[in-house]
Formats: sequence, C-alpha cells, structure tokens
Amino acid sequence: MDNLLSIVTFIPAFAALILLVFLRGEDEASMRNAKWTAMLATSATFLVSLFILAEFDPSNTGFQFVEEREWLLGLQYKMGVDGISVLFVMLTTFMMPLVIAASWNVTTRVKEYMIAFLLLETLMLGVFMALDLVLFYLFFEAGLIPMFLIIGIWGGANRIYASFKFFLYTFLGSVLMLVAMVGMFAEAGTTDIEQLLVHQFDFETFSVAGVTIVGGFQTLLFLAFFASFAVKMPMWPVHTWLPDAHVQAPTAGSVVLAAILLKMGGYGFLRFSLPMFPVGAEVLTPLVLWMSAIAIVYTSLVALVQEDMKKLIAYSSVAHMGFVTMGIFAANQQGVDGAIFQMISHGFISGALFLCVGVIYDRMHTREIDAYGGLVNRMPAYAMIFMLFTMANVGLPGTSGFVGEFLTLMAVFQVNTWVAVVATTGVILSAAYALWLYRRVVMGDLIKESLRSITDMTPRERWIFAPLVVMTLLLGVYPALVLDVTGPAVAALVANYETALAAAETASQLASN
Amino acid sequence: METIILFAPLMGALLCGFGWRIFGEAAAMWIATSLLFVSAILSWVVFLTFDGTTEQIQILRFIESGSLSTDWAIRLDRLTAIMLIVITTVSSLVHLYSFGYMADDPQWKEGESYKPRFFAYLSFFTFAMLMLVTADNLVQMFFGWEGVGVASYLLIGFYYRKPTANAAAIKAFVVNRVGDFGFALGIFALFFLTDSINFDDVFAAAPDLAETQLSFLWTEWNAANLIAFLLFIGAMGKSAQLLLHTWLPDAMEGPTPVSALIHAATMVTAGVFLVCRMSPIMEFAPEAMAFVTVLGATTAFFAATVGLVQTDIKRVIAYSTCSQLGYMFVAAGVGMYSAAMFHLFTHAFFKAMLFLGAGSVIHAMHHEQDMMNYGGLRKKIPYTFWAMMIGTLAITGVGIPVWILTLGEIPIGFAGFHSKDAIVESAFAAGSMYGFWALVVAALFTSFYSWRLMFLTFYGEPRGDKHTHDHAHESPMVMILPLGVLALGAIFAGMVWYKSFFGHVDQVATFYGVPYAEASEHGEDHGQAEDDHAEDAHGGKDGEHHYAFAGAPGQGALYMAPDNTLLDDAHKVPYWVKTSPFAAMLLGFLTAYWFYIKNPSLPGRLAENQRPLYLFLKNKWYFDELYNFAFVGPAKGLGRFLWRRGDGNVIDGGLNGVAMGIIPFFTRLAGRAQSGYIFTYAFAMVIGIAVLVTWMTLGGGAN
Repeated sequence: MDNLLSIVTFIPAFAALILLVFLRGEDEASMRNAKWTAMLATSATFLVSLFILAEFDPSNTGFQFVEEREWLLGLQYKMGVDGISVLFVMLTTFMMPLVIAASWNVTTRVKEYMIAFLLLETLMLGVFMALDLVLFYLFFEAGLIPMFLIIGIWGGANRIYASFKFFLYTFLGSVLMLVAMVGMFAEAGTTDIEQLLVHQFDFETFSVAGVTIVGGFQTLLFLAFFASFAVKMPMWPVHTWLPDAHVQAPTAGSVVLAAILLKMGGYGFLRFSLPMFPVGAEVLTPLVLWMSAIAIVYTSLVALVQEDMKKLIAYSSVAHMGFVTMGIFAANQQGVDGAIFQMISHGFISGALFLCVGVIYDRMHTREIDAYGGLVNRMPAYAMIFMLFTMANVGLPGTSGFVGEFLTLMAVFQVNTWVAVVATTGVILSAAYALWLYRRVVMGDLIKESLRSITDMTPRERWIFAPLVVMTLLLGVYPALVLDVTGPAVAALVANYETALAAAETASQLASN
Repeated sequence: METIILFAPLMGALLCGFGWRIFGEAAAMWIATSLLFVSAILSWVVFLTFDGTTEQIQILRFIESGSLSTDWAIRLDRLTAIMLIVITTVSSLVHLYSFGYMADDPQWKEGESYKPRFFAYLSFFTFAMLMLVTADNLVQMFFGWEGVGVASYLLIGFYYRKPTANAAAIKAFVVNRVGDFGFALGIFALFFLTDSINFDDVFAAAPDLAETQLSFLWTEWNAANLIAFLLFIGAMGKSAQLLLHTWLPDAMEGPTPVSALIHAATMVTAGVFLVCRMSPIMEFAPEAMAFVTVLGATTAFFAATVGLVQTDIKRVIAYSTCSQLGYMFVAAGVGMYSAAMFHLFTHAFFKAMLFLGAGSVIHAMHHEQDMMNYGGLRKKIPYTFWAMMIGTLAITGVGIPVWILTLGEIPIGFAGFHSKDAIVESAFAAGSMYGFWALVVAALFTSFYSWRLMFLTFYGEPRGDKHTHDHAHESPMVMILPLGVLALGAIFAGMVWYKSFFGHVDQVATFYGVPYAEASEHGEDHGQAEDDHAEDAHGGKDGEHHYAFAGAPGQGALYMAPDNTLLDDAHKVPYWVKTSPFAAMLLGFLTAYWFYIKNPSLPGRLAENQRPLYLFLKNKWYFDELYNFAFVGPAKGLGRFLWRRGDGNVIDGGLNGVAMGIIPFFTRLAGRAQSGYIFTYAFAMVIGIAVLVTWMTLGGGAN
C-alpha cells in the first residue's frame, strides 16, 4: 500500500463528509447513526494504522511510507513518518475511538459534534505526518478550528471566553511561525521538510538596532517557531489558556486536548526547532530549561490550591509538559527518548484522568472538589481506577508516568544540575497535589446527602478505561515497546544535532581567525 | 526458585484482590497466605543453602535508552538472602495473624468486604519489598522503593473513613518522596559519572569516584561523598531518620499487623539495606558516612527521648523503631555494615513480635490503645504477656556480659543483646565518641520505655473501663502462633548467627562471600586473596590467625576496605565498653520499676515539676508544628499567590493586554448571536489561513 498514510489520515474526514451530506434530522435514530459512524470510522482508522506500526522499521532512521504528489497552486503534498512521529500517529488513532465512546451521552447537535471530532482526527494525524512546510502549517492551524468549535459550542458556561483565549494565544504564536516559514522558504528555496532538515540555515551573529543576535538568522527562526510551539505545549508563562480551555471543554474535548493536541508543540520542537536550527536552539537552551523547571514547580504549586478538579489536572499537565521540554532541550539520547515517552504516556494518563472527572461530572454536574468526598464507599471500581491513574500521574515506577520523568531528569542532570534539582522537586509536589485531590474526592466517609445515590461505573465506562489501564501498566513495566521504536531515530537526531553544533563551532572559529 | 519467591506474593495479591468475588473471601485470603508461606519456605532454603557466590537472574528488559541499559533482574547474594528470609517470614506470619486481628473490625459496617483487600495489599507490599531487595540495578530498586511506599500509603489509609488515617497516609507518601528526591538525584549522579546504574558497573567504578570531582549546584564535590550523601537522603526518608521521621508515628493509624510488617520489620529497614547494598561506594565516602553516623546516633537518642512519655502503646513502639533504626545507621556509618544487617535481622523478629503483641493487647481491650487505660492484664492474656516479655528482654538487650560467661565464643543472651552490643562496640572502636555515648544513653531510655510499657500494660491495677477489662480475652490461636515463632527468633537469632554477622573476619567474610586474606602485622600486605569458598581447613581453631577483608568493590555482598579493621577492633574494646549497654539496660529497668511499680505517683509529679521538658518531649520536639509552619503553609500560600497574582494578574493581565479589548467585545457579540455565529467565525478563519498560505507561496515563489 503506497498511500497507507493518506488512507489513515482521511478515513475520519471521509466519515465526516458522509455525515455532513447524508445525515438529516435530530431524532434518536440519526443521533445513533452519527455516533456509530464516528465510532466505526475511528476504529477503522486505528485498525488500519496498526499496519503502519507493523510495517515500520525502527532501524531505518529516515522517513518511511513516504507519499509525494502535486496539488493546488503547485504546492507539494508530502507525507511520511519516522521513529519520532510514528508513535504520535498511533497515540492519536488509539485515543480517538475511546474519545467517541466517552461522548456517547452527548445530546446536543450530535452530528456536528461527531463531524468536529472526526475532522480533528484527520488534522491531527496530518500534523504528525506532513513532510511539507505548507501542508504542516495547514494541518497545524486548521486543527485549531474544530477544537475551537468543540469548546465554543459544547462547552461550559464560560465557553466563549475560554475559546477565544485559546484561539488568541495559539493564533498569535502561529502568525510568527508563518513569518518564519516564509523566511525559511526564502533562504532554502524549498518547503520540503526532508530537504529543510539537511539545509544549514545561516547562523552568523549580527546586530539589529544595537542588539546583538547570537546565532543570527537561526536564532530568529527558532524564536518564531518557539512562540508557536511554546503556546501549544503549553510552557510557562504562556500556559494560562489551558486551564480555562479544559474547564470549559466537554470531557471528550479535554481528553483530546490533553492527550493529543498538547503533543503537537513537543513534536514541533523535535521536527523543526532542534534539527533545523541547532545553533539557535543551543543559544536559547538555558532559557528553555529554566522555563521548564519553573513550569514544573510553579504549576505544581498552583495545582496544590485548586478547587476545580479539571483545573487541577490541567495545571498538572503543564507541569508534566515541563518535563518534556526539559528532556528535548537536554538534547541527549535519554532526554529526547524520555520526552517522547513522557508525551505518549501523558496521553494515556491525562486522558484517563479527564475521563475520571467526566465520570463523576456526568453524575453530579459539578467539578467542584468540595462537592465530593467518600466516593469509595459507593464507587469501589472507580476508586481503584482513579487511584491507578493518580499514581501514574505522580510518576510511580511500574506505570508509564515514571519512565518519562526519570529519563528526562536523568538527562538534564548531565546538562545542568541546578535545573535537575529544581525540576526534581516536582516529584514531591506532584505527590502532594495528586494525593490531596484523591483524598478529598474519593476518601473519607460519604456524608454529603447529594452523593448518597451515586452509582459506580457502567460497563461502557469500564471498557473505555480498560485499554488505558493496559497501556499505562504495559509501558511502565516494559518501556522497550516505545523506546525500541524511537531509539534509533532519536540517536540520529541527537548525533545530527551535535555534528551541526560542532560544525558551527569550527565555522565560527575559522571566521574569527 | 528465586523467581517463585518473588512472584508468589504478586500472584497472591492479584488472586486475592480481584478473585475474591469468584472464590469467596476466606478462600482468597488463604490463597494469599499460602503463597506467602511457599515464598517463606523457599527463602529459608535459599538462605541456608546459599554458598556466597553472587548470582544474577535476568527476567525482562526494562528501561533502555542510549547507554542506559537496565533489566528486571534478580541479584542473589548474602544481603538479598538475609532480606528474603526477614521479609517472607515476618510477612507470612503477619498474614496468618491478620486472620484473627482483622476478623471483626469495628471500623466497618455490617456486610462490607474489607479483608480480601487487606490481604491483597499485604501481599502486594511483600512483592514490592522483594523487588527492592532483589534488584540488580538502581531503577528496579527504585521501583520496589516506591512500590512499598504505595503499599504503605494504601495500608496506612486502610480505614479510609478516618480523616486522621487519610492524612497520615498522604504524609507518609509525601515525606518519603522528599527522601526519594535525594535518592533520584543520587541515581542521576551515578549515571552521569559511571554511565550505568547496574550494581556491578557502579561498584567497579567506586574507587574512581573517590578520585572524581563533580560540579553540582554551586560548587565542586567529591563524587563518592556526594553520591553517598544523596542516596542517604533517600534512606533517611524510608527509614524515618531525624528530619524525615515525622511520618512514622502517624503511620500507626494503619491496622496493627501493618505496623508490624511494614513500619517495624521490613520497609523501614530498606534505608539500612540501601546503605549496606551501596557499601562499595559508602566505603569511599568518609565524610558522608560521618554524617550518617552522627544522624543515626542523634535519631537513636531523639526518638528514645520521645518514646519516654508517649502513652499510645503503638506510638511508643514506633518511636522505639525509629530509635533502633538509628542504631543500624550508626553501625553502617562507622563501616560495620555487617553489624547493621545483624541488628536489622534480629530487630525484625523482636520488633514484629512487640507490635503483634501490642496488637493482641489492643484486640483484647476492644481497640483501646492508650496505656493509661490498661493495667493488670498479665493474668488476663498470659500468652500475649509472655510474648511481650520476650520481646522486651530482646529489645532492651538482656544477656550475660561476656567477661562472666560465654558459650564457646558466643555470648549468651536474647537476640537484641548481640546485635546492639555489636553496634555499640563498633561505634567505640571506630572512635565515634558521640555515637557511642548517644547509643548508650539511648539504650538506657530504650530499657526505660520498654519496661514502662510492660508495667503500665500488664502490672498494677486496671485503670481503664472496668467492663472492657473484665471482658479482655486471650487472642485466638492464629494470632498466638505467629507470636510463638517470632519469639524463637527473638531468643535465638542472636546466638545462632552471632559468628556469621559479628564473628572473626574470616567467618564474616565467608558468610558474605567476600574474599579475605591473612593479615600481616600492619595490615599492609595482604598476600593473595583466598578463594572465598575454600572450605578452609582451619575452621574452628583459628583464634590465632588474623585475617583482613581483601575483596575488590563488588566482590561479595558487602565491601569493606582492606584497611577497615573495625571488626577486629570492636572485639578488642575495653571491658567497661562491653558492659556499658548492659549497665544502661539495668539502670533503665530499675528506674522504670521504681517509677511504675514502687512509686506510681512519681511520673505524674515529675511531669508537673518539669512541665516544659515534658511538653517538649510529649509534642515530639515540635517537629510537626515546625514543618507545618515552615513548609506546608508557605507552599499553599505561594501556590495561591502564583495562581491569583501570577497567572491572574501578571500573565493574563500582561499578555492579554491587547486581547482584553477584544475578548469582552466578542463575548458581548456572542451574547446576542447564537452559537451559529461560531461557525461563521470558523469559516472566516479558514479563509484567512487560505489567504495567508496563498500569499506565502505566491509571494515566496516570486523571489
């Protein structure tokens, strides 16, 4: 199959088109049809994507399954995956059926809801596969729209504020990225990512209006991309859109946002920032590392005092993404491996945590922590699953949450011990806020009158969690499943990065002599 | 066989925890318990047949990234073997005991099922603890380390309706995480310097570490010292040493069998195990080890003082545990790892027994834990009384001073006598006068509070509720039997294994599989190392020979540098040193006798007269208050500040400066328009992107 990637990418979009064209009416039957169509499409996407994983050759560090075509206006359509992106593709296709299943009780505008999620899946898959700058930009930015709609239409009371905040933050970053892309095209004369990866961008230091820019053009390009990816990540201090977006988004929206959309920033760093602008990256590494360390401590402290469950988990997500950026910019094998691992693992864990909130939100219609307490008395199965993911969130060894944190911290210790020490305090704080949340919601006697008749999870809900439980434990015990796939590609990435830096070093020495 | 020992408890936990709905509560509990007995029996087989050669059994790949390569594996050496029998023996007995203790717990409502959950947690704990001690690298050890932390969290919070239990559970986990913070940094530093975290590689690199400088934070450090220190912070958390000890007394909120298993015999000794396991590094880190000694001695002293005035029977024993762990760290700190392991070994028996005995008392008294409401229970619960008596004799170190009578070369006494004296003598021989005196004074206090506990509980007049006292009943057989087995350990463990742990160099070296050599006068030229399992002909009558340890780091289970002659020196300390713990023990007993039998009104009057001192001790030196003031409060305050001011005012205020004009506008607009408006907006956005992209390609193409 030469166009496996396109098939995987466009199955959901195709299903969305079918829904749009053929499905009419707001009655029971059409709602059911919409749900089943979406479920079938996302499941089919997952099954077909398994072929990618099966055929993928980790020892080949180049792009695989590459497709190349011409389309509109002489633009190039180019798709492909390598060891860095393939697992994000898998994460996306794996999570989407669960997201649809978690939305089974949606009653308003079901058709549009499903269309939005299906389109979103196509766009997210496109981001991880695109090998052309313009194509990437299209997928990357268009992905905002369905998410924007999901929050804005199916969200909570304050949804308009949240969706605009989300939009403005991410869009402002994107504009800078677009400018940088124009600049890249101007210098390299191509939009092909494969070629851009081997192109050496100018890194000669120059000064503008009295400001010396070390690393020159590369630093500027790096900063422009950084603006976009840092917001998507989100990194401190541009993270404040995330808690609001999560709080207002419907459960399924939060799951997609946390599990997949947040990974686009990290993926962008690995695909563009590090390999294309190594000199710029190196110049700004201390800044990024410190931003990551501050993010971990800062957002963990903020999480400690939250009263809204979703906000707490959202802040915890920012802290966990801090480990990712820290690992990436440690720029060694353990760091980048750990960052990818952390992103995959966070997809499962944070997705599951938002689903956990969704389970009780569906019953009580509040996310207020104080409205709960003593749930273990009536919901033992829920208590157990929530415990597992709380522990995974805390980074308990044996769950996938541990491996990423451990590797990234180990990596950054080799680069900067101060950052390592500050970031490692995160393991203390995460235990404090996560267990404190768990205690207030689940433990204790059940005294609140409103909770007297709350029921434990339904079979549907249990089946949604089952795959997440399996993945969290499996990757925790046998992380080689991920590390074997990413290892060689990461090794190549790190080696190229170091070679490029060494070359730049000699070049600038020659220039100064 | 080792694999079965390791995984039987895990199987038990899973079958019991998830399977009880299928095969019933009782069957599930018996499955978990029998699997643990299998594990225990096999552990004894391994321990008794073990020949001293380190074995490695690989199970599965674990984290592999670049030069980092770790496996799930079993490392079997003497240290592991000792821990195996300690863990599985105590654990299987605690399982058995729990059948009686947990039979009808007033914490639960009619018809609630809690027993299978309890047994599942106990078995899971055992599995995690076994993973910790069998680890062949630091990550797997960290897995076990955190795994026991979770099990401890779950079991302390087992009575989830009690707010105090929930708070204690979180405290235990978080304080331990502070320790883990150091432990993790130690692992990172080791990997940074040696490019591996497998024990074999790390041990082999130990001598180089001593020569290496590592720049860490603000300055340069000696690598071995820094790593030893960081790892020890982990040990401080797990083993409740001073500064990180506050969770242990609160952990008594858990059911009593848990306190016996986790918070006395096994988990809390993990820190001591870690220091002994890392002996090849510790041996090259003199400054860090001096710190270990001082901190251990201070903890032993501090915890003993607090134990003097507590009235909750379990808290007395908890502080006693804290104090005894201090002893073990002193031994490890001065370089007598073997004595540390000896005390760990004997302590497991008598402290588990004291806790289980206390559990039996509590069970008899309908879950009353305040000793002030006990009294005169000797006749009511005679078996429990005798078990507690043996435990007390063991912990206070009752034995015959060596200059009066020995059995061959073995001193006669209860288990604690041998191991505690071994530590006190080692501290003196190592020249740590602070350690020596702190431990002797702690021994005096230990004796006092132990006898105080005995006298308040079993002697005198009943002071509590008359009804409860009248109905006090001896515990069932499943609870008495474990006490009996542990009593055997508390009496004989010291005498039977004295030579292996604290005999002559050749005996100890053979036990641990460490090579040794004939020592010359000045201990400089060691000749060639004798093969460690040469069943040397001169067993028995080699009092004349002098040997020195001659292993390289990583050979055998422990590493003692060739110039570490402490074992010999400890045997040669003056007689007054050897007798001082005995004298302290006697003095403590007499004072307690005077205070609580002869003149029972005296303690009350003393507490009145010395009010500030009494309150200081009663409130555990105010550590909890201090920490709440210094850490917990500020963390929350800072969190609130960063959230409201940082996120709210500065970031949102600043970054949205422009947007602030826009958002209210849109919100107003949205108020009027329905959500259909959003579709319009999205459409505009698509157009916008399309225009931008087109402009870019066309404009870019024109260049």
